[in-house]
Amino acid sequence: MLLEFSHLPLAQQTQEFILSVLNLLANAAKSSGTGDEFEPPTIGEFFPDAVFFAGTPFELNRIMMIRILIMTVLVVLFWLWTGSFKKAYKTGQVVPTRFQLMGEISLNFVRNSIAHEQLGKKDGDRFLPLLTTIFFIVLGMNITGIIPALNIAGTSVIGLPLILALAAYVTFIYAGMKKHGFGFFKNSLFPAGVPAAFYILVTPIEFLSTFILRPVTLALRLMMNMIAGHLLLVLCFTATHFFFTSSLVEGFTRAFGAGTLLFGFAFTLFEILVAFLQAYVFTLLTTVYIQLAMADEH
Amino acid sequence: MDAINIAAGLTGNLAVIGYGLAAVGPGIGVGLVVSKTIESIARQPELASKLQVTMWLGIAFTEALALIGLATPFIFPAA
Repeated sequence: MLLEFSHLPLAQQTQEFILSVLNLLANAAKSSGTGDEFEPPTIGEFFPDAVFFAGTPFELNRIMMIRILIMTVLVVLFWLWTGSFKKAYKTGQVVPTRFQLMGEISLNFVRNSIAHEQLGKKDGDRFLPLLTTIFFIVLGMNITGIIPALNIAGTSVIGLPLILALAAYVTFIYAGMKKHGFGFFKNSLFPAGVPAAFYILVTPIEFLSTFILRPVTLALRLMMNMIAGHLLLVLCFTATHFFFTSSLVEGFTRAFGAGTLLFGFAFTLFEILVAFLQAYVFTLLTTVYIQLAMADEH
Repeated sequence: MDAINIAAGLTGNLAVIGYGLAAVGPGIGVGLVVSKTIESIARQPELASKLQVTMWLGIAFTEALALIGLATPFIFPAA
């Protein structure tokens, strides 16, 4: 990338370079890569080449394989956890083992501070299986974004967030229909206490926000957070690589590499936070949508 | 050199400026949500856990706008 600016004085060269770094998409086509130039991350990061079964509907690329791996890990983990709970129950052992405690804390977090807090004990337990599933799938798939050698979140391609959002969507409509019948649609489209003439304005807005924007934002929020996080990390680390190894960088400018490395490290820690936070927010929003759907007329 | 000439000399993707603009509103919004939550917790510390849940919800809704802004250049790429 710097090659085309190399005839310019250094200050201007750096300026052009920074502009070109910011210009993520336009450079996508240009990055043919001789190894020495800076290659900014592109959206192509999320569409890696197929590894197995190329050309068939069951095509597997890196991200799909990461998803399958995480699903396997989750299934095995939960199998072992429930096994340890059962064993403790049978033997009447009061003091939990370390592994069992880990499971209890994780599962209790979803049950107590999300489900019971928002829905109450009875309804909370009704929807607990779904909420737990959503929480752990989102968390597991998010955390792969910072696991070395995996390095990309399973949720950073639209398919998985879409399925999860669809599950949430179907569930909150089911919850509302079960409680109020078709009154659910009347409640949510024609909220009580609004003068009849205003329904011309209110109903389309309510329809848009409840039945279209809710699932769309659920899916987009998760995916975009993961995409942005991954692109930031790639940007930091490719910049570090560029500053340290490229023959186009001279002298003192190499010191910038230390800065980008530090930023990359900081953003890795931030991504751990984001992974947990997005799992929490996704589950919390699903719970709140269910709760709003079951709420009495307001 | 006047402003027009400088603007004409710029190269790059307009989407970057677009996202910058799209991030202003949600930035202010998230700031307001958090600042009001801090205020409320300072007034009534025993409600902290409840307020925090509401805060995360508010942040999630506000932040969605910035994320939609982030999505648009990918959906409508530069010509």
